[in-house]
Amino acid sequence: MSRAEDHSTTLDRMTADHNVNSDSSTPPALIVSHFVQEPAPGTPQAPPPEPSEIRRFLSQRGSGAFADNSFAGVILLCACSIFAIVIFIAAILIKSSHLSIAQFGLKFFSTSDWDPVSGQFGALPFIFGTLATSFLALLIAVPLALGVAVFISELCPRPLRAPISFLTELLAAIPSVVYGLWAVFVLVPLMRDQLGPFLVKYFGWTHLFEGANFGVGLLTAGIILAIMILPIISSITRDIMLSVPNHQREAVLALGATRWEMIRTGVLRNARIGIVGAVILGLGRALGETMAVTMVIGNHAEIAHSLFAPGNTLASVIANEFSEATGDLYLSSLIEIGLALFLVTIIVNAIARLLVWAVTRGAPARVS
Amino acid sequence: MSSTPMLPPRPPIDFDTPVMRFHRSRRKVTNIVVSGLAILATVIVIAPLVAILVYLLYKGASSLNFNFFTKIPAPVGEEGGGMANSIVGSGIILVLASLMGIPIGIAAGVYLSEFGRGKFLANAIRFTADVLNGVPSIVMGIAIYSLIVMRQKHFSAFAGGVALAIMMVPTITRTTEEMLSTVPHAIREAALGLGVPKWRTVLSVSLRTASPGIITGCMLAFARVAGETAPLLFTAFGNQFWSVKLNEPIGALPLQIYVYAISPYDEWHRLAWAGSLVLIVMIMVSVTLVRVFASRGALKGGN
Amino acid sequence: MRVKLLAAGLLAIAAATASAQNINGAGATFPYPIYSRWFSEYAKLHPDVKINYQSIGSGGGIRQVSEGTVDFGATDGPMSDDAIKSAKVKTIHIPTVLGAVVPVYNLKGVSQQLNFSGDVIADIYLGKISKWNDPRIAKDNPGVNLPAAAILPVYRSDGSGTSFIFTDYLSKVSADFKAKVGAATSVKWPTGIGQKGNEGVAGMVRQAPNSFGYVELIYARGNNMPFGKVKNASGKFIEASTDGVTAAAAGATIPADYRVSITNAPGANAYPISSFTWLLIPVQATDASKSKAIKGFLEWMLSTGEAEAAQMTYAPLPKAVADRVKQTVAGIK
Repeated sequence: MSRAEDHSTTLDRMTADHNVNSDSSTPPALIVSHFVQEPAPGTPQAPPPEPSEIRRFLSQRGSGAFADNSFAGVILLCACSIFAIVIFIAAILIKSSHLSIAQFGLKFFSTSDWDPVSGQFGALPFIFGTLATSFLALLIAVPLALGVAVFISELCPRPLRAPISFLTELLAAIPSVVYGLWAVFVLVPLMRDQLGPFLVKYFGWTHLFEGANFGVGLLTAGIILAIMILPIISSITRDIMLSVPNHQREAVLALGATRWEMIRTGVLRNARIGIVGAVILGLGRALGETMAVTMVIGNHAEIAHSLFAPGNTLASVIANEFSEATGDLYLSSLIEIGLALFLVTIIVNAIARLLVWAVTRGAPARVS
Repeated sequence: MSSTPMLPPRPPIDFDTPVMRFHRSRRKVTNIVVSGLAILATVIVIAPLVAILVYLLYKGASSLNFNFFTKIPAPVGEEGGGMANSIVGSGIILVLASLMGIPIGIAAGVYLSEFGRGKFLANAIRFTADVLNGVPSIVMGIAIYSLIVMRQKHFSAFAGGVALAIMMVPTITRTTEEMLSTVPHAIREAALGLGVPKWRTVLSVSLRTASPGIITGCMLAFARVAGETAPLLFTAFGNQFWSVKLNEPIGALPLQIYVYAISPYDEWHRLAWAGSLVLIVMIMVSVTLVRVFASRGALKGGN
Repeated sequence: MRVKLLAAGLLAIAAATASAQNINGAGATFPYPIYSRWFSEYAKLHPDVKINYQSIGSGGGIRQVSEGTVDFGATDGPMSDDAIKSAKVKTIHIPTVLGAVVPVYNLKGVSQQLNFSGDVIADIYLGKISKWNDPRIAKDNPGVNLPAAAILPVYRSDGSGTSFIFTDYLSKVSADFKAKVGAATSVKWPTGIGQKGNEGVAGMVRQAPNSFGYVELIYARGNNMPFGKVKNASGKFIEASTDGVTAAAAGATIPADYRVSITNAPGANAYPISSFTWLLIPVQATDASKSKAIKGFLEWMLSTGEAEAAQMTYAPLPKAVADRVKQTVAGIK
């Protein structure tokens, strides 16, 4: 960059010396034409020593400083608009939720009463629902995603690699509402009639699968979330594993390690921070996922110990009640939930990005 | 390695003791088991995808007909009807979003790569873009509702477009930056050395060289927002009639799918499946195009 | 920048070339089947007027019309005095049709139509009655072989006029329900699972064995779901029908602003969980042409639309009320 700046400042100086009738805002279209062009007639006084062709050309074509500066300005403006967007979202959420912030304070996050009739609002059941479903989703998705990433980056025969990673990325491209549709008509009955009774029979002793199983509830929501965050975690993990230099692998293999030992000591150990980052990124997505969860979670605000019980998440309560909420306090409480969701995902994402950066520094981190 | 040059020569190690054999077979078994687990995981992951796709094809293809693309929704209880207005509506919202999101996203990416390298501001913007990328879409919906819908006093296609545009920006910004940083410095220097102004260098040299990758980024962002429902609930709002006006509520494919999916009518479930199929095909075509661009282009881009 | 200008230009062009009058409304899901039919027919008769109606729930109808984000709202629970006071856009209530909320259930092996008393329904939702073979349910249904299964109560998760009618009724018949839950479009249900819209509740009850829910009559009829008779104020078990609903409205005195509750109405044949459903029309329209189009629709609805109500299982407005509404509509500016 510094070279480029030097270049333009030199040009500046040269044109400042011989400031002729250059129109700095319109650059010349064709360079050749300037070599044959006569000095402009309006020139005040021609200096006694005839300037060289090159110097005359340079003086006439102008510096372009104005164009460059305005271009840089526009670009900077666009870049800063990203700041503006985030700040603006935060500001509008804070402004619209001040009523409930003033009314409930921090108690908002520690009480579990959500009663629009009496005007009592506490977000604890939604926080519980969000955490429970996201945790379940991670529990299911992380081992699978790691397996897929290991398979694609280390074990997979080359011709299969592209189609499989393409397929997993297709999973990421399916819209949330389509997952919801599928879950309502396929996963819920499956859960109610096959998977649920199976879990009760073999894992009933954990006390996690008690009460009536209606097919909708925390567990179903957790499963659909797991399917949705899988591709994110696995594709980032794969990228990170591929960014581990090959000589690491070769060194471990040369010591006589089996392939798994090579992956464990040579690849996973080097990539572990990045993998944690990928997992947290998946968590961020799970926390904010709305449509599919809303369609299968049961939408009942309670803190239950059974995974079959219906629940509600921060995002699903907004989707259910936002456009229907009557009363300023009710609306304001819903927006405060949105604010909480915004802040939590920002923190989670920030941590994840820092971790991913820690590994892929050098090469810019990928956005996928 | 060279610290103990004077060791007496050791007898050769016997690799064939029972302990050694045990360890070797244990390591082999672990290797096989773990490889098997990785393959199993891949199969388990591919399974729901295939299940969803097959189910969708089966349900959607049997419900797709010509009416679906030409008719507007029928009132409750009447047969027939389609989603023509929603398909067009989705198109309009997405074009609006692209018109706003893509230039801003690319410009911000250009700043990060060409103007702000190493500056604190650039790092901060890069970080903010990553954070914005993770903001839940429903929160975006609330924010745009409060800003545009409440001020304008009506739901509109425009509000929906803005919400989606904001969601496109961070993805495009980061891919553009990444792609620009793969453009060799020599090319830029050559252009600058010829006296081409910087703005021209950026537009006709850097951006042009990186264009396959940047197009990839734009299409990825496009595919991501094409299926978004949550931010449209409170902005575009939906419409049963033809409407192409930007300041009126407008139908959108994902919204219509949501409404039909939770209804109790079989006819509407049928339409929801058909709509999902159309939406998925649309998204998959753009993702596949991305793949083609990425592998054909001079520079490998995207994922 | 240029692109933004272009977008703004497009916006201007689109606004300028607007010829048809678009009206946007939102609200109750309870009368949605008949509204969607009316608006579709009206659009065929008057191609220049398109009425877009989104069934987001009664709470949504009240909120959005009060904020001025839609041209009219629709609700099954009349606006409370507080809501009217705080609304930014003042509206009047225009009753359109009457409907009934019915208790629906999914019980295998029970073919008879079940009877429910109001206090039994209240206690099911309070969690006091949790088994189908509870003696109090059995008392109302002599001779029915009720299973010993747990009841799954299903309720509305969104702000709903159907919930308002239902909780309004339960609050009238059960002091306990009134104290613990109350009557509103959104309440805190002590037990059960929530589903969005009449559509969602009907879908859930259809799917889940041993469930119990409440929906508008047409959602039960349209999906061939069994629904129970409910005991009315004079002690008779009544099956929901347009006649029963009309009978409930007959005994009520209707105030000038039409905000009236006709749940638990007296009368031997009155169905107890009945209600009017209203459109909320702004008193002062922002746009004279829109207001004119809405007025045109309302006049058509009162003269022609009402006749279609019965075949959709809604009861048309009683003659006396319809005449008064015509005058009110004529007075809309």
